[in-house]
Amino acid sequence: MFKTLAETREAIFAGKTTTVQLTQHYLEQIRKYASLNAFLEVFEEEALEEAHRVDQKIANGSAGSLAGMVIGIKDVLCYRGHKVSASSRILEGFESLYTATAVQRLIDADAVIIGRLNCDEFAMGSSNENSAYGNVLHPIDNNLAPGGSSGGSAVAVAAGLCLATLGTDTGGSIRQPASLCGITGMKPTYGTVSRWGCIAYASSFDQIGPMANSVEDCAAILEVIAGPDEYDATLIQQTPEKYTSKLNHSGPAKLAYFKQYLESEGLDPEIKTYMLELIERLRADGHTVDALDFPYLDYVIPTYYVLTTAEASSNLSRYDGIHFGYRSKSATDLESTYKLSRSEGFGKEVKRRIMLGTFVLSSGYYDAYYTKAQKVRRLIRDYTRDVFKNYSFLILPSTPGTAFPLGGKSNDPIQMYLEDIYTVQANICGVPAISIPGGTHSNGLPFGVQLVADTGMDASLLAFAARLQAKISQ
Amino acid sequence: MKVNEQLIGHLSHLSRLQFDEQAGQEMVHDLNRILGFVEKLEEVNTEGVEPLIYMTDETNILRDDAVVQTITQDEALKNAPRKDSDYFRVPRFIDQD
Repeated sequence: MFKTLAETREAIFAGKTTTVQLTQHYLEQIRKYASLNAFLEVFEEEALEEAHRVDQKIANGSAGSLAGMVIGIKDVLCYRGHKVSASSRILEGFESLYTATAVQRLIDADAVIIGRLNCDEFAMGSSNENSAYGNVLHPIDNNLAPGGSSGGSAVAVAAGLCLATLGTDTGGSIRQPASLCGITGMKPTYGTVSRWGCIAYASSFDQIGPMANSVEDCAAILEVIAGPDEYDATLIQQTPEKYTSKLNHSGPAKLAYFKQYLESEGLDPEIKTYMLELIERLRADGHTVDALDFPYLDYVIPTYYVLTTAEASSNLSRYDGIHFGYRSKSATDLESTYKLSRSEGFGKEVKRRIMLGTFVLSSGYYDAYYTKAQKVRRLIRDYTRDVFKNYSFLILPSTPGTAFPLGGKSNDPIQMYLEDIYTVQANICGVPAISIPGGTHSNGLPFGVQLVADTGMDASLLAFAARLQAKISQ
Repeated sequence: MKVNEQLIGHLSHLSRLQFDEQAGQEMVHDLNRILGFVEKLEEVNTEGVEPLIYMTDETNILRDDAVVQTITQDEALKNAPRKDSDYFRVPRFIDQD
């Protein structure tokens, strides 16, 4: 089956297939690989109707730029009249009253939405084991975790259950599972994609982004979903560039890598060797790749956890057992309605993060933890953006290792948090980052390579990533 | 910072959560580990550094204050676990006398 939108559209326009046939194919694949548990719900009939509508538009020459693309959406994105649960019991049965801007733009560009995808509860996790609806299995080895939190989104693409997906990335939730599943995933610059209709985890970190088999497809999707939206006042107001028409990167580039990232003892030695060899190959092609110091390595994850849990504790206060979602049957008064509904409705990791967030925001601790982390965030952001005054891209691993066994890290929150060691920096700084498939480990599993660019440089990031993708596949 | 059961009790009330004894113990253990980990931030000199709060350079993104009906009352009540035709229903919280 076709791996990219370009191949798909070529076949459709040559009359070799139709959007309906493609949708039927993906529906079959979803049934065949149902045990992977990637989809929480498949919009079967509706997807076929939409596909039929798209085929008519193709026939009369009015089809949008994503016609032919069958796409799944992470279960934190609202789609009017459809269920959305953030993989949480607390939203059991909840049906969206409106459609997320990113989803609406996909529909307007004639993509077919095939279903909603499993993820860690409220996008909190790095293994997809925090879903209330069961683990997602890694398509290469079913005993392994696919990564998270956009685990279902990564597996759906890797297993060929749809052509592309939307994920969300707060600290690596697109790039980490993309790396572990061998696909491409991008977190755009903070403020590029409207968060309207995206169930909030940590609002100053969250971004929606594309996951696909190629950089080109990520560019095609991002081009459609990016840009100002009157429902999200945190967006960059400038109209974004046409990413797909800027994918040709030429000439030598200036890259940097942080020594501490490659010297980190948690990094798999094979991935380290791969990265160093890749850096040499880039140098041999005439690019500059300099080794720089990064004095904040030990502080990125602590900064991330203080700030994201604080924001989460505030965002998740809306789940009160009264206005929507789950209400405990054992509640007897107002206070027990809140407490029991929330305690029974939320999973363990979500409760842990609400508690930590409440602590860092509570009277007496606010300055020592929350304000302190906001200050360190500025130091990390300024340091990183200073690097981009002299270099166009940072190159680094996406993950410290390959996919790990289900249950392998779930008993130790700190071990799990360190999964995101290479991805959180981009979210702390609000800058764009992309993970593309790198090598294959001797254990047979894929791992990604990550590129990071300065704020607003999404177009050149995609262009260089496309070039690196071609280089790696040589 | 040392987290004890008393602090967990206070935080769980603020969070409108409750834990049984075993879950409370686990929470004491987990928060102690996580706080021990994030307290590394104390090593960073942040004197004179302003907290970073806004992630883009945009300021005052405003739109017209136009009246638009985005959802109806029926829709607003649609997902409520308990409701009547006009209201969200909650347990009684004012004494009858």
